[in-house]
Amino acid sequence: MEMATFNLKDGYPEAILRGYKGALLNAADYALLCQCENLDDVKMHLASTTYGTLRGEVESHNTTTALIEACTAKLVEEFEYLQCQSEGPLYEFLEMCRIPHMIDNVVLIVSGCLHNQHTPELLEKCHPLGMFEQLAALAVASNMQELYQLVLIDTPLAKYFEGSLSREDLTEMHLEIMRNMLYKSWIEDFHGFCGRVGGTTRQVMSEFLSFEADRRAIAITLNSVGTDLTREDKRGLFCGMGALHPYGHKDLAPAEDADQVLKVLSGYAPYNAILSLTTAEDDQAIDDLLSNHELDLCRGCFTQQFHYGIFWAYIKLKEQEIRNLMWIAECIVQNMHNRIHDGVKY
Amino acid sequence: FFFIHLALTMSSENPFGFEFENFQRLLDIPMDISPYNYAATGTGFAIALSVVGAAWGIFITGASLLGGAVKEPRIRTKNLISVIFCEAVAIYGIILSIIFSGKMEDGDGTNFTDTDWYSGFALFNGGLTVGGCNLVCGICVGIVGAACALADAQRPELFVKILVVEIFGSALGLFGVIIGIVMTTQAKFGG
Repeated sequence: MEMATFNLKDGYPEAILRGYKGALLNAADYALLCQCENLDDVKMHLASTTYGTLRGEVESHNTTTALIEACTAKLVEEFEYLQCQSEGPLYEFLEMCRIPHMIDNVVLIVSGCLHNQHTPELLEKCHPLGMFEQLAALAVASNMQELYQLVLIDTPLAKYFEGSLSREDLTEMHLEIMRNMLYKSWIEDFHGFCGRVGGTTRQVMSEFLSFEADRRAIAITLNSVGTDLTREDKRGLFCGMGALHPYGHKDLAPAEDADQVLKVLSGYAPYNAILSLTTAEDDQAIDDLLSNHELDLCRGCFTQQFHYGIFWAYIKLKEQEIRNLMWIAECIVQNMHNRIHDGVKY
Repeated sequence: FFFIHLALTMSSENPFGFEFENFQRLLDIPMDISPYNYAATGTGFAIALSVVGAAWGIFITGASLLGGAVKEPRIRTKNLISVIFCEAVAIYGIILSIIFSGKMEDGDGTNFTDTDWYSGFALFNGGLTVGGCNLVCGICVGIVGAACALADAQRPELFVKILVVEIFGSALGLFGVIIGIVMTTQAKFGG
């Protein structure tokens, strides 16, 4: 019956989103963009796509940062339109999609304050999808307890702090741990939410969120090599879901470099199939493979109708497109045209 | 007290005692309702359930069509065919209910002949048949129509292919109409 009642509330946003997805840049657009000589050319080519004439700082300053800011503003505009048109579970779903950006912004601001940077500059660097009112007030906190009690308790992030408060001062290390704990809570909460929505949404988002959990586990393992994070602490940061849970996590915790991680991954589906496609063995290669797998999942979920997974997938695809544009713009500005095709994924 | 009562009532011919009498009266109810009532209710089901199916299908298709047409205006006119297919389901309901109500003629209100009873039952169940078939047909055409609009927005050549699926779905309503007519050809009141 989900097919018969989905369109009641969510038919219009879904159809709009499929229109957005159809307007993403394709191979022909990227081929044209890679042949551009300078940023003005890039802007001209983008004007004929869905980006249109880019507004904002990029009109006067021709820098890559301004260009990417203008492109991200387009993503935010589309996202906000979708949120306006949605109600009920879809609205909550879109709110949950914003949480990772909020977490990143919080960590950015707090770590910026540690290095004595000014809040207005930091606010400009924040991702627009993750803005909320109390963000500017984060500068007042000096340890995690204060961070929670004074500022974050009124925000959507409040429930993700459960069980992870400590009186420790906010150093870089503890900030990273805090970020990972928040992400862990968020993934598990999102999984529960999609389970309650049920139907195709639960099935599609389970796949996405399992992959996300695995990806974070791998990232934590690789990034904590050489730090004094104990194995128990590391396992505490891994999510309670994903293909690598629980046996993979047990094997991943003692891994010290990319080789060992690859060995662990080759024992679990779907990673053994992905890994068999390459022979390179370093952090960058693992990252590349996982990104490509994620993009495959995102494109694949559009073949099913009447579920919310497409909203999540579209945000991922659009962000990848913006990263592609950033790579292309940087290569053009730094005159490295021979490498321009390496970083573009679609 | 209960067992004494049971023993006394079970002494009669009916093995169930007093309960059987009430149960027998329950079985009498269907024949206490006038066959005209059955016929009219069947006519009502025919049109009402058909319209529910058509409306359901139209809103399913319409929501997706609206959203898809924002980014791809060219799909607007072609995909109205899906809406027309859903509408056809309601029209089947109208035709059948007009035919059914044409069969109901004036007659004696108390002495019903066997033909009257037959007609009442035939029209009631014929109406349920037609209404039920059209209800699910409308939902089916609506869901396929939504998919058709979204696929057409991405790739124009898919439109005709998915339309074939819709035509097959539309045939379900026709099956209901045919059977409804076959069930009620012999129905005749009065006379």
